[in-house]
Formats: sequence, structure tokens, C-alpha cells
Amino acid sequence: MTLPMTLTSLEAMAASVPDGAVLALPPDNSLPSVALARALVRRGAKGLRLLGVPVSGFATDLLIGAGCVAEVETSAVSLGEAGFAPRFTAALKEGRVTVRDATCPAIHTMLQAAEKGVPFMPLRGLIGSDILAHRPDWKVIDNPFAAGGDPIVLLPAKSPDIAAVHGVMADAEGNVWVGRRRELATLAHASKRVLATVERTVPGNMLEDERLAPGCISATYVDGIALAERGAWPVALLDEYGFDAAHVAEYAKLAKTEAGFREYLDRYVFNLRAQAAE
Amino acid sequence: MTIKPEERLAAALARLILDPAAPPARHIAVGAASPVPAAACWLVRKQGHPVRLSLLHKRSGNPFTEGSRELFDLTGQGRIDLFFLGGGQIDGQANINLVGTGEWPGSNVRFPGSFGSAFMYFMTPRTILFREEHSPRVLVEKVDMVSAPGVSPPGVFRRGTAQALVTGRCVFRFHPDRGRFTLESVHPGESVESIRAATGFDFDVPAEVPRTPDPTEAELALLRGPVCDEMLETYPEFCARVFDRKQAA
Repeated sequence: MTLPMTLTSLEAMAASVPDGAVLALPPDNSLPSVALARALVRRGAKGLRLLGVPVSGFATDLLIGAGCVAEVETSAVSLGEAGFAPRFTAALKEGRVTVRDATCPAIHTMLQAAEKGVPFMPLRGLIGSDILAHRPDWKVIDNPFAAGGDPIVLLPAKSPDIAAVHGVMADAEGNVWVGRRRELATLAHASKRVLATVERTVPGNMLEDERLAPGCISATYVDGIALAERGAWPVALLDEYGFDAAHVAEYAKLAKTEAGFREYLDRYVFNLRAQAAE
Repeated sequence: MTIKPEERLAAALARLILDPAAPPARHIAVGAASPVPAAACWLVRKQGHPVRLSLLHKRSGNPFTEGSRELFDLTGQGRIDLFFLGGGQIDGQANINLVGTGEWPGSNVRFPGSFGSAFMYFMTPRTILFREEHSPRVLVEKVDMVSAPGVSPPGVFRRGTAQALVTGRCVFRFHPDRGRFTLESVHPGESVESIRAATGFDFDVPAEVPRTPDPTEAELALLRGPVCDEMLETYPEFCARVFDRKQAA
């Protein structure tokens, strides 16, 4: 972040995401920037390779349905109580998207390796799972610190091109506050660029406030900030607003068909009033 | 008020949690979309047992300050004693499949994905498998693909496996030494024959198979009162449907 922090527009932020980028998105309960996902749909992004950290939800289904995605690496894709993710499922069936299945702690571990700048990290479990059998990039070694006969999986470091996070607030220095969702700091540390949308800006420097500092992604890691009120909607944002279950249920119903999904995009993503709201 | 199936299942799960023959449950974690297991855990807590309960999806007062990563790190260290897993398919060796059917990664039916199962199933001293639908399409002889195996060969690090499988029809106990389930009890309206007909895998049957006990009056009072109070924020639809209670606006 160059100082002082300057806000960018949501559409300019979306334009800065190149086609084909590896784009990391937190799950629906951990501050994904759904506003940026909608802006990427509007800009007609192509070939994105999404990473679910560690699972994927609403924004991933939206981007896949809109034809923005070539590949998704994740531990699950779901709309929670609203059921399976319809556009993800349809795209997988039609072969329009490549799916690389993982398991949650493996994704966290690959990011932790990138955060530390080491080439790989080990993880227990996984041996005997077909996930491992379908991941030629994951290796099994014999634990070199044991007396032998202790197989363990090694996972390569993963450094996403971009992490798309929706924070509560950004300060004048460009620090972004995400509350207790501090696993987002690991994602930020591991990613080449962090693009953050926020509800609001606040004056001063949150790192000087002992109570706010632990919930901050330091400006060191942040490459762009855009204002987007209700930018996590329809998913929840900490104690700011809840999950809009009625809206996600409406989405799930419409997105069962391609025509219904297009109707959803026209109503909630391309519509001028929705853009003005963002 | 009649006993709802979910109340019976929550009480059955609570008894399994408290099973004195199983490793102690001091810290239980509950993952995504699991209202019945969450109700069972709260029931155990409200009965006065000193168990720490970490609900991954609790919005206010979420127990983790490092998200799900903290859950997996805790589990890696052996600090989570019990976890619940389900499956789009579960087979007779307690293998679970959350990926899909047909060819990898789900050419026929695609399920959401494996979540943390390929780690949690190994690293937790015990897992209770829970799936309300009990049909031959769910309980299969052999899963189409393995998200997490029920048993591992010697030498593969593993703290535990399935203690039991609880469904909408019965309770099965798992025996990792022989890799098979035994029918432990059947819910009202079910018999050994009806369970056989609804189950795609072979299982062992003792001479006498009891009926799954009804929840006691005390258990029902806890479920409908303080347990529901705790669950309203995270599982509003479940509380409205099962306990007939709506969150205050």
C-alpha cells in the first residue's frame, strides 16, 4: 500500500484482476468480498482459478455460473442451508470447470508454507483418501525424524495471485480490520496481492490501538481498498450483519437453470441500482 | 407433545458421547450444518457434564480467533476429542464419501466435497458418523470414492475412527478391529429386517436388538428449553421446525 491510503473504485479494482489469475476467496462465514466477485462478473473476467480457503460458497458459484472460472481448488462448494451449489455442479458435469479437490487443513497448510517462505509443509491424515490419489502435486515421504515406517504427506507452498477479502473498515494507513477472522492474515501473508473491499473508512492508524491491532491485516500486505457497503452480502459480516438466508434461497432456486441464473444476474449483479448500492 | 425424530436422534447421540467405554470427550467440535449433533452436544452440556464445546459456525462469540485453521491445528495436536462426520455415501467399513458418485470427481452425482474429513477422521480419538437418510443409496457396500477411510493399515498415524453410525432408522456400533458394523438398536417402527432392506452393506446382528430408547422427560425438557436457546442464532430453521420456536425479531 502506498501512503497515504487512496481508495480505488470497485470497478477499477475488478479491472486490475487479470484473466487467468489464481483468486483466493474465504468461505461464506469468513469475509469473502462478494462485491468484488459481482464486479468481476460485470467486467466479464475469464479463466480465473479460484481457491477456496478452505471451502467455497456463494461468490464461487456466482463466478462459475457467469463463465469467469476455469478451475476451482477447494475442500467443498456449498450454499450451506440452501444446499448444493447449482452452477458449480452444472459446470462440473458439463466439463466447463476443472475441480481440484482438497481437504480444509491442506489448504491452510499450503498457505502457511507460503507465509513462511518454505517450499512445503507436512500434514497428517490423508493417507488412504482418494483426494491424495488425485493430487500428483502432493507427496508422501517417510518421516525422517522417526525410526522408519511413518508415512506423512508433504504439501507444496501455495501463493495465490490475489486474495479477495471484505473487511469491516480500513484506516488512513491502509490497514484493514477483519475482527477475529485472523486466519485471513495468513491468507494475506501468503498472497501476492490482497484486494480488500470495506464497509467504511476510519481516520488514524488502527495498529496504534491495542484492541484493534490484532484484528488487522497490516497495510504491508494490502494492495487495493475499495468502499463497498454491504460488500459481503448476502453472506454475513461478523456482528455487522447476518446471513441473508432468504436471498441465498432465492439464488439457489433461480440458479438451478441457466435461464434462471441469467435472470438473477440481471436483477442483482448487472442492475444499475445494485451497482449504485455498491 | 410427541417426540420428534430429531429429538430422539439428539438423545441417542448424547448417550454415545457419554459412553464410558469410549475415550473421554472433554472438547467436542461441531462443523458445518450439523444441527442434530450440535443439539446432542448442548444436551450433554446442559446435563451438567463439563465438556468444552466449539461450534465452528457460531456467529457471535465464535470460539476460534483463527477460524477453521485453529480447529485443525487443535485437532492435529490431539486437543479435540470428538467430531461428527457424515457422508453422501458411507460403507460397511466406515469409509465415507463426500465427493460424489461415478467417476472422480463426481461424474454422476457431485456432493459438496470432503471438507476437513480427510484429516479429522484420522486425528480425532473418536468420530460419530451421523446421517439421517438411511437408504441403500447412502449406506452402500463400497463407496464410489473415499474422502476418508474408516480403517488404516498399521503404520499410518491415526488416533481413532468411527465409534458409531447413527441414522434415521438405527444405531450401528463400529468395530475397527474387524472393520464391520454391528446393529446396536433400532428406532421405533424399525426391525432387523427393515434395516437390512434399507442398508447396502452387510453388518452383524446380536441375538437381541433393543429399541433405541426414547428421550427421557428431563432430556426433552432440556432440548426444548436451554438447548434450543443456545441453538437459535446458528440454526433458526431447525429450531423453528423441531422445537417450534422462532428467534425474537
